[in-house]
Amino acid sequence: MTAPGGPGTGAPPAAGVPAARGRGPGGPGAGPAGALRVVRPGALTTVQDLGRGGHAQLGVPHSGALDGPAHRLANRLVGNPPSAATLETTADGCAVRVLTAVTAAVTGAPCAVRAGGRPAPWGAPLRLRAGAVLEVGPAVRGLRSYLAFAGGVAAEPVLGSRSRDLLSGLGPPPLTAGDEFPLGAPSGPPARVDAAPCPGPPDELLLPLLPGPREDWFAPGARRALGRARYTVAPASNRIALRTTGPAVRRAREDELPSEGMVSGAVQVPPDGLPVVFLADHPVTGGYPVIGVVPEEALWAAAQARPGTPLRFVPTAR
Amino acid sequence: MRALPVGRHALLVETGGPEATAALHAELERRRAAGLLPPVREIVPAERTVLLDGVAEPRALAADLARWEIPPAPRGAGREIRLTVRWDGPDLAEVAAAWRVRPEEVAEIVGGARFRVAFCGFAPGFGYLTGLPERYRVPRRPTPRTAVPAGSVALAGRYAGVYPRSSPGGWQLVGSTDAVLWDPGREPAALLVPGTGVRFVTAAGARGTGAAAEDAPGRPGGGEGAP
Repeated sequence: MTAPGGPGTGAPPAAGVPAARGRGPGGPGAGPAGALRVVRPGALTTVQDLGRGGHAQLGVPHSGALDGPAHRLANRLVGNPPSAATLETTADGCAVRVLTAVTAAVTGAPCAVRAGGRPAPWGAPLRLRAGAVLEVGPAVRGLRSYLAFAGGVAAEPVLGSRSRDLLSGLGPPPLTAGDEFPLGAPSGPPARVDAAPCPGPPDELLLPLLPGPREDWFAPGARRALGRARYTVAPASNRIALRTTGPAVRRAREDELPSEGMVSGAVQVPPDGLPVVFLADHPVTGGYPVIGVVPEEALWAAAQARPGTPLRFVPTAR
Repeated sequence: MRALPVGRHALLVETGGPEATAALHAELERRRAAGLLPPVREIVPAERTVLLDGVAEPRALAADLARWEIPPAPRGAGREIRLTVRWDGPDLAEVAAAWRVRPEEVAEIVGGARFRVAFCGFAPGFGYLTGLPERYRVPRRPTPRTAVPAGSVALAGRYAGVYPRSSPGGWQLVGSTDAVLWDPGREPAALLVPGTGVRFVTAAGARGTGAAAEDAPGRPGGGEGAP
């Protein structure tokens, strides 16, 4: 429903048969305009777009690219709308062979990029020949790089989105070697830039903390105290939540909270007292009290914080 | 009713209980359908709350909500789904013992209740069904199963539910159905959406071929991963 040539784009073209670049006649229902094949999937590379909002009441997480600004920038560099699907890597990059000539771009976590065996810029549109391999190296800083291709990765959408939701298993499975994905038809020209400014992943993660619904479940002043405490991003962090290590937040009530709806950025405090920040694949409801909420515009930085990154919450009123 | 702030663009409305939640949820949907609600990305009912997420002006909406007159949720007016069930769950005897009834009577009790989907959660298409009388509360199993088959009809606390796909789970399993609870290719993808009425109908044959008219076509659901 996102990239042109969207739903109903057929199977990938037969191996080695480059499909015609689909600018010509065709429109919806036309075959794929291109394709790519996974050479090295990396630790965890998933297809992501802007997610499948609007289905939370059916128990469906929002999902979508964790670093939204990087996903949007990658799309803009190749001339895609923001809703086109990109590939999101985790820590160690990935490599894909494009079966058709296509413009690509890599954003998000800075990393070494090679196109067709040659060093290529990160954060800039790249013209790839048919058969060229786009190699995205391990993140030098940050965690998640984004690969955009003109036309977008046209995996089969589920509930209007191509995002892989790791909590409920919706969307195309994480990449494995040999997987092929069709590409949609390019909708616009690539951006005319040499390099796009991109915020670097932070050395220290500062997360603004807006008031949450359950402050009264904590000791008086707990949200302010949370702001004075020092945390570290825990290794158990993933697309579902950023987990922390540090001092336990003290609760004033020990009874059980009936499950209630959760937003992205909600900072839940489970019985061990260690705050958990909900990210895109978070469950739609949860049963631990929410002490505060990290605003959406700050969550991209959480998505790029490696385990071990120092973390502070900054309580803000509005 | 109390509206609590959730960051900049959401409100958590405390209703007091499942009935009031159903009433508020129905009223929100009615107003949304009639174009009387400002844009809201998500309306998420839970047991005692309704979350409104993706609201431009949550304070204004909270002030507006406080003035609403909310009628009780229309009972029986909505869609009712009949799910054909085989009462073959591995926890049937345990549930019967807890209720001090014979195992056959569990089917009568659950089959006799008129359920409603109070809210969804845990997995896409998993509905928390209210409607079992309070005295039939059962605890969760002390140790969750690592794999509960898709279509398992289960009880826990005051709720009944049907596992939409194979997943770990700690509820007491009393039966199974072939109904497809979740199909992303269907509109809506979830068979059980909040507000839907649900009846459990005993299967006529061993394979549940005596499906009621409104029953969903039977085919075992697949599944992977789990919350």
